[in-house]
Amino acid sequence: MNHALLFSVFIIASCGLAYELIAGALASYLLGDSVTQFSTVIGSYLFAMGIGSWLSRYVEEHLVARFIQVELLVGVLGGFSAAALFFIFAWSAAPFKLALYLAVFGVGVLVGLEIPLVMRILKRDLVFKDVVSQVLTFDYLGALAVSILFPVLLVPHLGLIRSGLLFGLLNVAVALWAWWLFRAQLHNAGWLRVQGRLSMLALLAAFAAAGELTSLAETQLYADDIVHAESTPYQRIVVTRWKDDLRLHLNNNLQFSSRDEYRYHEALVHPGLSTLPAARRVLVLGGGDGLAVREILKYPQIESVTLVDLDPAMTRLFASAPPLRKLNHDALHSAKVTVVNADALQWLEENDDLFDFIVVDFPDPSNFSIGKLYSAAFYRLLEKHLAGDALAVIQSTSPLYARQSFWCIVTTIESVGLVTTPYHALVPSFGEWGFVLAGRRAYRPPPSYAVETRFLTPGTTPGLFVFPGDMARVEAEVNRLNNQVLVRYFEQEWRQVIR
Amino acid sequence: MDRRDFLVSVAAAAGAASLAGCHHGPPPLPPGELLGTSLDLGHRLRAADFAPPGETRKAAVVIVGAGIAGLAAGWKLAKSGFADFLLVELESQAGGNSRAGHNAVSAYPWGAHYLPLPNREAVAVRELLAELGVLQGDPHAVQPVYDERYLCATPQERLYRDGRWQEGLLPQTGVSASERRQYQRFADLMEGFRRQRDRLGRRAFALPMALSSPALELQALDRISMRHWLLAQGLDSPHLHWYVNHACRDDYGTGSAMASAWAGIHYFACRDGEAQNASSDTVLTAPEGNAWLAEGMLRSIGTRAGSRLLTGAMAFRVAGGERAAKGQPIEVDLWLPQEQRTLRLLAGQLIWAAPLFLVPHVFVGHETLRAAARSFSHAPWLVANLTLSRFPEDRAGAPPAWDNVLYEGAGLGYVVATHQQMRLHPGATVLTWYRTLDEQSPQRGREALRDTPRELWAEQILAELERPHRDIRQLTTRLDVFRNGHAMARPVPGLIWGEARRHFAVDGERLRFAHADVSGFSLFEEAQYRGVLAAERTLRRLGLRFSSSLA
Repeated sequence: MNHALLFSVFIIASCGLAYELIAGALASYLLGDSVTQFSTVIGSYLFAMGIGSWLSRYVEEHLVARFIQVELLVGVLGGFSAAALFFIFAWSAAPFKLALYLAVFGVGVLVGLEIPLVMRILKRDLVFKDVVSQVLTFDYLGALAVSILFPVLLVPHLGLIRSGLLFGLLNVAVALWAWWLFRAQLHNAGWLRVQGRLSMLALLAAFAAAGELTSLAETQLYADDIVHAESTPYQRIVVTRWKDDLRLHLNNNLQFSSRDEYRYHEALVHPGLSTLPAARRVLVLGGGDGLAVREILKYPQIESVTLVDLDPAMTRLFASAPPLRKLNHDALHSAKVTVVNADALQWLEENDDLFDFIVVDFPDPSNFSIGKLYSAAFYRLLEKHLAGDALAVIQSTSPLYARQSFWCIVTTIESVGLVTTPYHALVPSFGEWGFVLAGRRAYRPPPSYAVETRFLTPGTTPGLFVFPGDMARVEAEVNRLNNQVLVRYFEQEWRQVIR
Repeated sequence: MDRRDFLVSVAAAAGAASLAGCHHGPPPLPPGELLGTSLDLGHRLRAADFAPPGETRKAAVVIVGAGIAGLAAGWKLAKSGFADFLLVELESQAGGNSRAGHNAVSAYPWGAHYLPLPNREAVAVRELLAELGVLQGDPHAVQPVYDERYLCATPQERLYRDGRWQEGLLPQTGVSASERRQYQRFADLMEGFRRQRDRLGRRAFALPMALSSPALELQALDRISMRHWLLAQGLDSPHLHWYVNHACRDDYGTGSAMASAWAGIHYFACRDGEAQNASSDTVLTAPEGNAWLAEGMLRSIGTRAGSRLLTGAMAFRVAGGERAAKGQPIEVDLWLPQEQRTLRLLAGQLIWAAPLFLVPHVFVGHETLRAAARSFSHAPWLVANLTLSRFPEDRAGAPPAWDNVLYEGAGLGYVVATHQQMRLHPGATVLTWYRTLDEQSPQRGREALRDTPRELWAEQILAELERPHRDIRQLTTRLDVFRNGHAMARPVPGLIWGEARRHFAVDGERLRFAHADVSGFSLFEEAQYRGVLAAERTLRRLGLRFSSSLA
């Protein structure tokens, strides 16, 4: 029986430390400033434990029953604290701090009660020096175990909410175990058992339901490298940073990595725009990150750039966040740039401006609604906005991984009577990537680049237009609104890549 | 702070699970109107207590009914350079079952909403489509090019079954191998009927149906029900039966147990239209359903023959036109409810392009026709338009299609008015939900239409659509319901090849019938054919030259 109690000391000690760590972690990354958060949370927690220890003197009778009740209370209060604090924070930031410290204080007092009570129970059978030595040994061992498990296993795999509930369950399990060991000595055993079972059920239910919430909220939230995360009516925008690498993810698809995006955006803009010295007006469809605009603004003769991106949150983010503004050279604040937040299709239908160069930088055709942006109907509409000698360049997924998709885009553009020039470039974070230039007459690659480039050189440019055997042209149907073959090709081809 | 906003959205998403204690029940029903055909006015026909005519006007040709048939008749007359006709319509708007409504979000249909690619024999349909610029190039080509804005965008249809959406309407999951063999056999049988021609080269099932072969073994199919025919072929797959029943309800307003096998097979076997730029099962559609076709014909009439349309005028008495009354014009008495007076038209020729169930109440004399008209029955329909602030949350499986059907639902599913829009993120939308009340007799169905308040329909519709779209109640900002007690003729066994229908299909000296009812079922192609045919017969009777749109 004494060994059992000592093992439960190990458990309750680990639970005690776990609640403290959870509160500290939650506070530091919901409120920021982790040094302050951790030190104030730990300080208040230890202080509350002291109060708990002091209060233990007032527990005079029914030691075991009180211990069981304290365990149940710690289990429920501590177990639910992380979940409750999340919801409170989601509701409003103001009462969050108050709730945080109330929870820390409450759990701390209860945890402070635990050890003195256990010691007094054990004292009935052991000599004092053994009680102190053994109880404190297990107490510190439990703390060590959790401090190692917490960052390595618990947070990455369970997340904060479920970790909290798990430790709550352990506390309640200790209570039920103690009930079982001492059931003969308890005078209100039946009622205690009911309390224990109810607590267990509540925590189990929450643990089961927490799955959805945690996987969604926490794995996203906890990772230190998320610089910005936002759900808009159109998409989920996440910007991450790892050392000097900034990455943009839209709906969990990587859009760029700051380490090699210059390769993508140089390849997107310069082969076309460098051959148009008379170009004045440029249209960019998609590309709310302003990186294509950055490349376009390198040409001094460009008078206006119209950027049409559906999501105002996207253009706002890239016009305001300092590291992103640095990345796009503050392109969205240029006096030459007009940002229009509109549906590109609707905008093209309702507007009749002509442009000398059009950049079409939409997400890959992974569903029917985006597939419309790669249809013959779309290119017909696009053609109406091309000035006489103008060119359009279209990002066209990977000719290596999605070969038929790439050539389907080429075939579709040709079906509306435009002359195409397909090319490709290697962007390490994406792989081999494809683009299509489209215009009313034949295109000839530029002999040199008038602007500064890191990736493109005159010598390597002809190679962009050469398709090796594994990317060479294949037959494909025209992508129409009423067949959407491209989405089907794309789905099939990327499924094979992922497998 | 962004993390907070994110948590708010997570909290909202988890709301249903975690805040169950704070649930306050469903939101109140969205506002809307209960609309319908002119029920009260129509029922005054029974009492026939209209004022005597105060004014009499003459017209060489009068067309009663400005649905597709009446408009097609006017279109053909006007195209032939004939202007002395008057088109009379009870409702305030022309178009009949092809009328549409519109609001800030979109136009939307109140009835017919698509046209399959026209067959080669549907010459008049092709001519109209070419005139409207939707069929491009040679209208007689085997594979014409169609304006892609009217070709239904992919995906065209999907089915909700067992908590999931699947592509296409024929159930695909949980179907046994023997049922699949039945699917294949059914498809083969229909393909056989599609290709079948008689010794004179007439198709077994042509569209327009009047061009079909009258071979007796085919006529025999009109004496049994579609369901009976399937069973007689050994086709008893419940999923196949659901599918065929859905098709019959959708096109004929009556299930496969009541629709004749000839009509049921016609649905599956008559179409063989092709396109250069679309697969042959593609349909032509628009946000406003088929209203663009009605409006196209009306425009053509207007530009060619001036204002020839009189709306809000109910023909309550037609007298004359029988053989005995040779040389006398036909009297068409119109009640003008706006002006509370009766106008008498003296028609040299009359094209009756209104539903045939009105004939016994309106025609004086014409005992044979009145008796024949009584053997038609008409299906009651309900159409609802739901305006949504955005497309609702969806269950797993196939993505939203144009036509979205719920397996074993009371309704026939819904079409999405904004489906043809070239938009990446459609935002607000209008869903048009259809239901035929074929689970009871047409009379009972009409009583239900007459007596059920909008709120009850709205509740039923939302409860049904909530299955695949659990947030639809929150998103529906308006729900209008349209009742049509006599929406279409029901092709029950014996109607298509029976005696009664033929009385209306023949040419007369002064009187002709032009309505889809004359074909026995309500299809755009049939209504338009009947209208053009009546117009050409009229022109021929008047001794005028014209080039036929029917050959």
